[in-house]
Amino acid sequence: MDILPQLIVSGLATGGVYALIALGFVLIYKATHIINFATGEFMMIGAYFCYTFMALAGVPVLPAFLLVMVCAAILGFLVERVILRHMLGQPVISIIMVTIGLSSILMGLAEIIWTSQFKNLPPMFPRAPLNLGVAVVRSNLAYGFLISMAAVGAFALIFKYAKAGVAMRATAGDQMAAFSMGINVKSMFSLAWALGGIAAALGGVIIGAIGGISPILGGVGLKIFPVVILGGLDSIGGAVLGGLIIGVLENLAGGYLDPFFGGGVKEVAPFVFMVLVLLFKPYGLFGKEEIERL
Amino acid sequence: MSAPILAVENLTLAFGGLNVLTDVGFAVQPGQIFAIIGPNGAGKTSIRNCIGGFYRPRQGRVLFEGQDISRVAPDRRAALGLARTFQNIALFRGMTVLDNIKLGRHAHLRTGLLPALAYWGPAKREELELRREVEETIIDFLEIEHIRNQPVASLAYGLQKRVELARALAMRPKVLLMDEPVAGMNSEETEDMARFILDIKEERDITIVMIEHDMHMIMDISDHVVVMNFGQKIADGTPEEVQHHPEVIKAYLGEPRPGPVPGQA
Repeated sequence: MDILPQLIVSGLATGGVYALIALGFVLIYKATHIINFATGEFMMIGAYFCYTFMALAGVPVLPAFLLVMVCAAILGFLVERVILRHMLGQPVISIIMVTIGLSSILMGLAEIIWTSQFKNLPPMFPRAPLNLGVAVVRSNLAYGFLISMAAVGAFALIFKYAKAGVAMRATAGDQMAAFSMGINVKSMFSLAWALGGIAAALGGVIIGAIGGISPILGGVGLKIFPVVILGGLDSIGGAVLGGLIIGVLENLAGGYLDPFFGGGVKEVAPFVFMVLVLLFKPYGLFGKEEIERL
Repeated sequence: MSAPILAVENLTLAFGGLNVLTDVGFAVQPGQIFAIIGPNGAGKTSIRNCIGGFYRPRQGRVLFEGQDISRVAPDRRAALGLARTFQNIALFRGMTVLDNIKLGRHAHLRTGLLPALAYWGPAKREELELRREVEETIIDFLEIEHIRNQPVASLAYGLQKRVELARALAMRPKVLLMDEPVAGMNSEETEDMARFILDIKEERDITIVMIEHDMHMIMDISDHVVVMNFGQKIADGTPEEVQHHPEVIKAYLGEPRPGPVPGQA
């Protein structure tokens, strides 16, 4: 049996989830120019929220998803309001250190609250795998991909048409001009963190549904760096494309090269690719000024 | 004289030990075209940033319609009716002309943050109303119908300036603060802009405060001129009064001398 279509299809599905997580990162970067190194931990906390609602409180799937989104938005909002608002105007490196510190704190909190024991999310999707003819996709991955794409689409629509989305784009474009238009730039920062938190948490729930959850789930979040380096830090379209490319790439590398190296290629391939991209295109493949940002 | 619509009193601003503004005061009457001029580094931009709310003066007050707005945040000042255009065009580059202009109405849209995330119900009605108003009055007025759906980044400089003006007008301001509206324009574009500024004052009942270097235009269209030099106000009066003021001639030409003075060529 030819494994190429299989590898590509499941790579695209995984890539869709990466795209959603990367979007969480991009939304925050676009509006506030803060590189959120805690994106992975936002994912992890989101997955634990879901675990709490579904496994411990017995909430059904859809309300649980809504609750996770609300909680993630509150978390993002609080992080911005309580911590990062005070870092306005500080050097970039200090702000980065704060987000790195934040990721450790969130990880520690997760261990305190939910222990470091590996947990499984209750099954949330129909079990039957999706058969596309040329390839078969596991149901968790297939539904995860669909949810991710729906979420990405919703975010893109908000950004393009909703008043608050337009105001956020304006804030990203020119803060001083945005102020002068009567846009409350600070509340746009809060909104960006809330939306970024939602995107990351949804991604975390999906990743958790596929592979189980533990406080180190956020490690998957590191993969957003190859994705956003490829797609450009501030481009929603770039995040989607970057996510899909990285997903396929890591699957192909895993499928074809792992047998020769005895495994592990799948995990490093995205980062090797990131280094190569940075060597030749320091602003990322799509990170050019001329590219129209969404 | 009626009550001033915008006034600054005893404005003093310092960065570290450097005095940027020293005890500056003036009053803008409703319906005026009010110009602030001065050589580079005279403090014009600092005044503008104090009025706009981006700098907090060490001393002094900014009054808008008699109300002290010195401690009001920039976005709230915009909502009160203080609009501005920028020296270096500050349009949102990835967006179309129409989107940029509509952003000017942002402060006045009534729907709150959450309904605004959606695009139905009241938010949509407001959006349609806004679009009609923008199309019918502002876009026609500034003669930019033909470019309204283009991304602003692709437009010529003079047109971008006009779009910026349109965006400021969409805010329905009471006072429009213009930062070098004709900087870098050729004489034809400058004339167009001067005509628009006069029309704005006459047809739309908007008071204009402008910072400008182009002496011809200032002397032609402004009602009142304040001259700054080294952070201090050195003259304040009608264009005729100001251009014969010895301090002004000294600031611009170095030494008083017979012959034509700026703006009279």
